[in-house]
Amino acid sequence: MTKRQNRMALVALLVAGAILAITLLIQALGSNTNYFYSPTEVAEGKAPVGKSFRLGGLVSKGSVVRKDMKVTFKVTDKANEFTIEYTGILPDLFREGQGIITTGSLVNGTFMATEVLAKHDENYMPPEVADALKKAEQ
Amino acid sequence: MWKWIQAFASPKIFYQTSAKIIPWLMYPFIGLTLLGLYWALIVSPADYQQGDSVRIMYVHVPAAWMSLMIYVVMAIAGAIGLIWQIKLANVVATVSAPIGAVFTFLALVTGAVWGKPMWGTWWVWDARLTSELILLFLYLAYISLNNAFDNPKTAAKASAVLAIVGLVNIPIIYYSVEWWNSLHQGSSVGVNKVSMQIDMFISLMLISFAFKFLYGALVLMRARDETLIREQNSTWVKNLIMENNK
Repeated sequence: MTKRQNRMALVALLVAGAILAITLLIQALGSNTNYFYSPTEVAEGKAPVGKSFRLGGLVSKGSVVRKDMKVTFKVTDKANEFTIEYTGILPDLFREGQGIITTGSLVNGTFMATEVLAKHDENYMPPEVADALKKAEQ
Repeated sequence: MWKWIQAFASPKIFYQTSAKIIPWLMYPFIGLTLLGLYWALIVSPADYQQGDSVRIMYVHVPAAWMSLMIYVVMAIAGAIGLIWQIKLANVVATVSAPIGAVFTFLALVTGAVWGKPMWGTWWVWDARLTSELILLFLYLAYISLNNAFDNPKTAAKASAVLAIVGLVNIPIIYYSVEWWNSLHQGSSVGVNKVSMQIDMFISLMLISFAFKFLYGALVLMRARDETLIREQNSTWVKNLIMENNK
């Protein structure tokens, strides 16, 4: 091998090593790198019990009940549903049908939330288009 | 072709030729920025959910794209410098790093400013945000390592190795929103899908191309300065200074 080919092999080895290391790391971390659990995962018992974790899903239509600063609503992934209790200020994007991520823990089947974040999806459009889409759906 | 590359890569020819190229990158940058600002702030509509906050995206997304692109350019230039030992490649890698770091910082800051009203938080440790922050640290580590050596040859070797190893973070950033559950939304612009209204897409593209021309111009400007510093003992640089002092 010439010196240049030697250096080429070295760079290739470096890239291969880095990829291997990161792949193993990601494999080892497993689901710990997920930011939140879905209601189905929680129902299957994958979420930590008695500890704080994040639950993500859609706010069920017609489930939001406000009483002073206290809000209760249901979060669903269309298969399973959990009731959330939260006291505090909700983000601008919070509304029924919106994706949200909430931090808290399960107490007797009710999710006592300490934080509610709204998730935004990748669709961007003006209000007229959103209205037209809604009409077409009905 | 190979001869032409070799000729352009020689410090002296590069210094002379690049001066003529810079204006052809600066004018498109200025034109695209003005048109892009007009499209982003006046022509394009407000979003049905985010309102006018959607306009932050026209800086945030192009800056984030640049942060990835510049890192790839930097790592490839570093590898070329390492394998073929072309001086200009090392210069390009060195001068790209601070520009990339600034775009990464811009993407993080604009993201936080958008996140506060929309998500309800400035920052979360989800996969996308964390991996982009690691990218900023990689840029900063690269800059520090490059400056830690007095000999530019040793500096180029060590920092190129760092840049190549760090390259593995780029696909992680790009696919983080698909591989893991994250608070950050998925990509709106892909190879065969665009999930945004056409004027929003045009604004995004105008600013995105403006940034690319800006990067090109900045790299050439900084590479010229860096070339002069590194070649300060060569005859052509000495002659250049003598001519200017006449």
